[in-house]
Amino acid sequence: MKKMMTGNEAVAYGAYLNGVRVGAAYPGTPSTEIMDNFSRYPGVYAEWAPNEKVALDVGIGAAYTGARALVSMKHVGINVAADSLFYSVYTGLKGGLVLVSSDDPGMHSSQNEQDNRNYAKFAKLPMLEPSDSEEAKQFMGIALEMSETFDTPVMLRTVTRISHSSTPVEISNEEPPAAPPEPPLYERDAVKFVMVPANARRRHPIVEERIKKLAEYAENTPINRIEPGDDTIGIIAAGSVYQYAREVFPEATFLKLGMVYPLPAKLLHQFASQVKTVVVIEELDPFFEDQIRLMGIETRGKDIFPIIGEFSPALIRERSVSAGLISTPAAGAEVAAAAATATELPIRPPILCPGCGHRGMFHVFRESGALVLGDIGCYTLGYAPPLSGMHTSGCMGASIGVAHGIDKAVVKDRTIAVIGDSTFFHSGIHPLIDALYNESTVTVVIADNSVTAMTGHQQHPGTGITLQKKNTRAINPEQVVRSLGFEKVDICDPYDLNGLAQTLEDHLESGKPSVIIARRPCVLYTKAKSAAPQIDPELCVNCGTCLELGCSPLMQKEDCVTIDPVLCNGCGLCVQVCPAGAIIKQ
Amino acid sequence: MKKVDILMAGVGGQGTILASNILAEVGLELGYDVKKSEVHGMAQRGGTVESHVRWGEKVYAPLVEQGHADYLIGFEMLETARWPGYLKEGTVVIINRYRIPPPAVNLGKAKYPSEQEIEALLKGAGGRVIWIEGTGIAGELGNPAMVGVVLLGALSNLLGGEEETWLKVIQRLVPEKFLELNKKAFLSGKALQVA
Ligand SMILES: Cc1ncc(C[n+]2csc(CCOP(=O)(O)OP(=O)(O)O)c2C)c(N)n1
Repeated sequence: MKKMMTGNEAVAYGAYLNGVRVGAAYPGTPSTEIMDNFSRYPGVYAEWAPNEKVALDVGIGAAYTGARALVSMKHVGINVAADSLFYSVYTGLKGGLVLVSSDDPGMHSSQNEQDNRNYAKFAKLPMLEPSDSEEAKQFMGIALEMSETFDTPVMLRTVTRISHSSTPVEISNEEPPAAPPEPPLYERDAVKFVMVPANARRRHPIVEERIKKLAEYAENTPINRIEPGDDTIGIIAAGSVYQYAREVFPEATFLKLGMVYPLPAKLLHQFASQVKTVVVIEELDPFFEDQIRLMGIETRGKDIFPIIGEFSPALIRERSVSAGLISTPAAGAEVAAAAATATELPIRPPILCPGCGHRGMFHVFRESGALVLGDIGCYTLGYAPPLSGMHTSGCMGASIGVAHGIDKAVVKDRTIAVIGDSTFFHSGIHPLIDALYNESTVTVVIADNSVTAMTGHQQHPGTGITLQKKNTRAINPEQVVRSLGFEKVDICDPYDLNGLAQTLEDHLESGKPSVIIARRPCVLYTKAKSAAPQIDPELCVNCGTCLELGCSPLMQKEDCVTIDPVLCNGCGLCVQVCPAGAIIKQ
Repeated sequence: MKKVDILMAGVGGQGTILASNILAEVGLELGYDVKKSEVHGMAQRGGTVESHVRWGEKVYAPLVEQGHADYLIGFEMLETARWPGYLKEGTVVIINRYRIPPPAVNLGKAKYPSEQEIEALLKGAGGRVIWIEGTGIAGELGNPAMVGVVLLGALSNLLGGEEETWLKVIQRLVPEKFLELNKKAFLSGKALQVA
C-alpha cells in the first residue's frame, strides 16, 4: 500500500521502521515536522532540546549505548551543533546515529542559504541525499546501517522541496525491531570516547582511513547509479535537482548520486567515458563540480547554472537553452514578464498576526527612540515598516552579545536587546551572563509569547510540556535571570502600552544591565479573541496613527478607518494609540 | 494516462494545504503517480501561499513548470493574479471572488487590482477564467474556511473521478466533527457544474 508523505514524514517513518529509539531536535523550518512525526510513533523517546548542540549530544549519548538515534535540525542548526558533530566523527559510536540537516535553498524561511554538503567534507563523514519521500524513508535505513558498519555518524541532507513535498511511500507490514528486553550495561571504552589529545591523535588516522573505505563503498552502493540514455549529454545530479533535471532532459544519460559524500571516483570516470559532455547540475555551491574537476574530469556546471537561489525545472530549462544543451525553449517567461509590466501587483509580506503581543512591544520600542538589537523569531517581523522597531538580526541568540558589544564600543544611542522566549532558552543565557560579568548597561527584553511560535508552536523549556505531551517542570525565565544576579527585572504586558513604556524608560535610564519580560501568550496558539473595537466615524479624523501599528484588520477608507471584525482579535492597541478617542473598546 | 498540473494560490490560513492534500490523495486513488509541493514557514503569517499538485503516469519534479499549468485554483483574487507566467493557452482558472487586502493596500499606499484587471491578466496569458463565490458558499454553510473544499467540488467536474472517490478522501483527511459540513461544501461546489 502507498501513502502520500512529505519528506519529513518519510524520514520519521524510516527512522521508526529501522528501530530508532531516541530522537532529539530543535525546531527549524524546513526540518521541524521530522521530530514532530517521529515523536508520535509507539515505543520511541523524542524530545525538543533547548538547542541543536544539546540535541546532537543527546543523540550521541544514546548511540554510545548501542541504541539507534535520530537528530534533526535546519541547516543553520548544524552551525550550532558543529562542535559536537566534529568530536562524534572522531569517537565514532556504537549504535547508528543519523543527523538530518534540512537546507533551505532560496531562503524560504532562513537567514542564509549555506550548502551543508560542505559539512560532510569538512567534518569527514558520509552524507546521503534523497530525491523523494520513498528515498527519504529508505535512505534512513541505509544511513543507520552505514553508521554502524563504519562506526561513524551519517548525515542525511534534505532541502525544502524534499522536506515539504509529498510523494507516495510504500507502507511496510513489518514491525520495527524490538527493544532489548533487559537494559544493557554501558560498555566503557575511555580510549575511544575520551578525546584528550593523545587519544584524538589515535583516532584521526581512523577517521581518514574510514572516509577512504566509504569512498570505496560509494563505488558500489545501488543508491549511486548510472541511468543509461542518449550519450551526448551526461548529467550528474542528486536530490530534488535530479528530479528537475529529469523533467528537462528526459533522454539524457544520468549519474544519480544518492550518496553525496564521499564521491565514487571510479564510477565518475566510467560515467564520463560513456558520454560526450558531462554536466553537473547542483543547487548552491559547486560541491560536486570542484571535486570532479580535481579528479581530472572535464565538466560543465556553474558556468551554466547559478550558485545563488533555488532551482526549478523552468530555471534549468532556461539556462540549458542559453547554453545550447537543448533547443526546446522555456515557456511562460515572456508571458510573466509582460504581465508584470502590465499591472503592478501589491506584495503581501508576512506580518505579525492581529492581536500579537509583539506588536505593542515594537510600538513602544519605536517611540522610545532606542537602538534595538534583535534576534530571530516571529518578533523579527517587527523590523519592517510601519513598526520599524528593530535594527539588527543575524542569528539566534545574537541580540544580547551584539548589544553588549555596541555598548562597549560606546554610541550615543540607548540600547535594547530583544529576544524571544524559545530563543532565550536556545542561546540567550550565555550572553546574559556576559552582560552581567562584563558590566553592560543593556536593557534586555524577553518577548515571551510562551511558545516557539515562528516554527509552528512547539513546546520549549518554559512551557511545562514536553514534545511527547508530558507535563514537566516549567523553567521560568524570571527565575533564571534573577538567579544569575540580575537585580532589575520586571514583567510587563505588551498590551499595556503605557505600562510597558514607563518600565522601559526606567530601565533604559538605570545605567544597569536589566531584564524586562514582555509576556503575552501567542494568540494564534491560544486562539484568544475579544470583541473588535468600534470606530466612531464622527470622531475619526483619518489621521492614520492607528495604521502605524501595522495591524491587518485596520483599513483606511475614504473618510475614516474601519476594522474588519473577522480578522480582529480585540487586543485594544489601536484604542490606546488613537489621538482622537475615536476607537472604542467593546 | 494524461498529465495534470494544478497550482493553488492563496493567503496563509485559507486552507490551501488541506485542499492540496485532498487533491494529491484523489490522484493516488485514481491510479496516478502524484507529487505535491508547498512551502510552510514564514508564509503562514498572512503571507502568500502556493501549492503545486501534479498527477501523471510518472511525475519527476514536485513543481509545476512555468507555462505548463493545466489548472490554476485561486483562493484569493490578488494571489491568483500573480501566476500568469504558469498559464498556457486553455489553462482553466477557477477563481474565488474574495479579497484579502495586503498591508500596503490597507495603508492606502497601493491599489488592489479590479476584477477586470485580474481577468484581463489571466486571459492574456491564455487562461479560461471561471469565477466562483467560494467563500460566500462556504460561509452560508457555516464556515468560510471551507472555501477550499467548495473549489475542489467545482474542479472535480473537470478532473473527473467518481464522486465517491472524492468523498472517501475527504472523509479520510477531514476531522470527524467537520466531516458532514465539508461533504456539503464539496457537493455545493460540484453543483456549480463548471465546464
Ligand atoms: C540555529 C537556528 N535554529 C533554528 C532556527 C529556526 N527558528 C527561527 S526563530 C525560532 C524560534 C523562535 O521562537 P521564539 O524565540 O519563542 O519567538 P517567537 O517566534 O515565538 O516569537 C526558530 C526555531 C534558526 N533560525 N536558527
